[in-house]
Amino acid sequence: MEQVLEVKGLKTYFYTEDGVAKSVDGVDFTLSKGKTLGIVGESGCGKSVTSLSVMRLVSEPAGKIVDGEILFNGDNLLAKTEKEMRDIRGNRISMIFQEPMTSLNPVFTVGNQINEVLKLHQGMTTKEATLKSIEMLKLVGIPLPEKRVHEYPHQLSGGMRQRVMIAMALACNPALLIADEPTTALDVTIQAQILELMKDLKERLGTAIMLVTHDLGVVAEVADEVMVMYAGRVVEHGAVREIFAKPMHPYTQGLLKSIPDISEEVEFLETIEGLVPNIYEMPAGCSFAPRCKHAMDACRERQPALTYDGGHKVRCFLYGDASEGEVG
Amino acid sequence: MQKYILRRLLSTLPLMVGITLLTFLIMQITPGNPMQTMIDPKISTADLARAQERMGLNDPMIMQYFRWLKEIVVGNLGYTIKTGQSVAGMITERLPATLLLTVTAFLFSFVIGVPLGVFSATNKYSKRDYGLTVFSFIGISVPSFFFGVALIYVFAVKLNWFPTSGLATINMAGGSFDIFVDKVKHLVLPALVLAMPNLAVIMRFTRSSMIEVLTNDYIRTAKAKGLSERTVKYKHALRNAIIPVVTLFGISIPTLFGGAYITETIFNWPGMGSLGIQAITSREYPVIMGLNLFTSLLVLFGNLTADVLYAVVDPKIRLSK
Repeated sequence: MEQVLEVKGLKTYFYTEDGVAKSVDGVDFTLSKGKTLGIVGESGCGKSVTSLSVMRLVSEPAGKIVDGEILFNGDNLLAKTEKEMRDIRGNRISMIFQEPMTSLNPVFTVGNQINEVLKLHQGMTTKEATLKSIEMLKLVGIPLPEKRVHEYPHQLSGGMRQRVMIAMALACNPALLIADEPTTALDVTIQAQILELMKDLKERLGTAIMLVTHDLGVVAEVADEVMVMYAGRVVEHGAVREIFAKPMHPYTQGLLKSIPDISEEVEFLETIEGLVPNIYEMPAGCSFAPRCKHAMDACRERQPALTYDGGHKVRCFLYGDASEGEVG
Repeated sequence: MQKYILRRLLSTLPLMVGITLLTFLIMQITPGNPMQTMIDPKISTADLARAQERMGLNDPMIMQYFRWLKEIVVGNLGYTIKTGQSVAGMITERLPATLLLTVTAFLFSFVIGVPLGVFSATNKYSKRDYGLTVFSFIGISVPSFFFGVALIYVFAVKLNWFPTSGLATINMAGGSFDIFVDKVKHLVLPALVLAMPNLAVIMRFTRSSMIEVLTNDYIRTAKAKGLSERTVKYKHALRNAIIPVVTLFGISIPTLFGGAYITETIFNWPGMGSLGIQAITSREYPVIMGLNLFTSLLVLFGNLTADVLYAVVDPKIRLSK
């Protein structure tokens, strides 16, 4: 299968006054054409920073990609100049964001904002671009696209704006779409519509999607694979069905248990005890150890490696040899 | 948009009436009445009373107000006490010089202030940004009478680049181009002095507005589209950052006309400001009130312009029902 994206040993650190925040600390994954990878985790686990790293949009000078490789169709993005990156952004790799209400520029019309990418990357004239914009708006299911194209963002609802963002992101038919919490800010019915739209477009256009979310429901709905992140590291990675059926890492198990189930009556919803560790003072060993019920002595000393077990990858000493793994 | 402008125009009407009412009332409460200042002190009280009656000064105030208003509407602002000159005539005679000065200062303050603010914002916390911050604080806090004299000393007296004062060299020989250059040279220093505080405020305002706008989500979207840093800053960010700066369009006008009083006096500029100062020192109430009324209307006009500009730059206002 054709690999669109291959991330190897990605490390993105933030150098702040409080110290170094290792937001992404050695992340590896691959994504194939037409597939959807869900990246899941709590706030601050590094999932958004991972996606911004792929776009090379980590805010400098505080944030820096310190190590690793990001291969896009075999080309290392980290070796590209800023100008080469600009030709890729919005063209070969596009991104949509969490906040449709504020992600569009309020002083330009919707058409103007979609036209901009088409003019930039495809050299279209305003007239050609407007026609294409109308076509894109139609594709993402906006009624009366000929009229909407001349409207300003404040005249559209949140769901409509997210559709516009998707239209804009897909205008140049990118090979990879990064969606950072695309449905979080929308209400549930609109969420379902947007997810349905993304699924449909993925099938029609063959775009690979990197879907960043904290919502396991969303992942179950659209993703093929899921990657669970905790404190800047991947703790579990595998096919969606497998992970939902047989979660291995105690963190993933905790996440799944904390979803309320409508078919069961329970008095208390299970939660994961404790908090994500302070990013400036990561514990030695496994970063989940302080919250883990199964933590052993080895967990507090050594960092387990991401190993294959029963069809998917997991970073935990419960599976495999606790004498392995790196110290620190 | 038409509806918005129409509504805005209508709302200026009561304000205009308010301005005339206030101007009239201030004139009423100033000590003495026109008779006492104009008439020979040896006149008998009986004659004075008759003259007062004849001139309608004993009529109810409201009648006097409307009579006065009627004259204002046709452009008669009254006559000076000492010479009997038409106040409206004096103002229109002085207006071109003041307009030349204030409009130039207005342009200076925006054309220089906005780019410097943008530069400061895009280079925030750099040495150059700190330099501009110091510059703007100096601009805001150094009074124009000092700044003006300092500029005259350095650029006119020591360096001899610009003339010390006046509107133009009297009886200048040479072609029309030389006359134009001469006028420009006379204009530079006073316009700069007048523009300075305004320029500094506009710069700070643009800087903070721009810094705020640059943190918005749509800036990240613009970057994610693959747009160049330039397009992101100067198209996507500046277009939004300029909206609050438009407020200063309206506020600048009274500041500039007020500042003209001092600047024109320092540079011996024959405009409305120096007319005002002369009127104040010689207690020419008709002139003071005429200038007051005229300037108030200008301010009103300035704010109206700012509101219309809001609609031009902000689609949310333009399309509001």
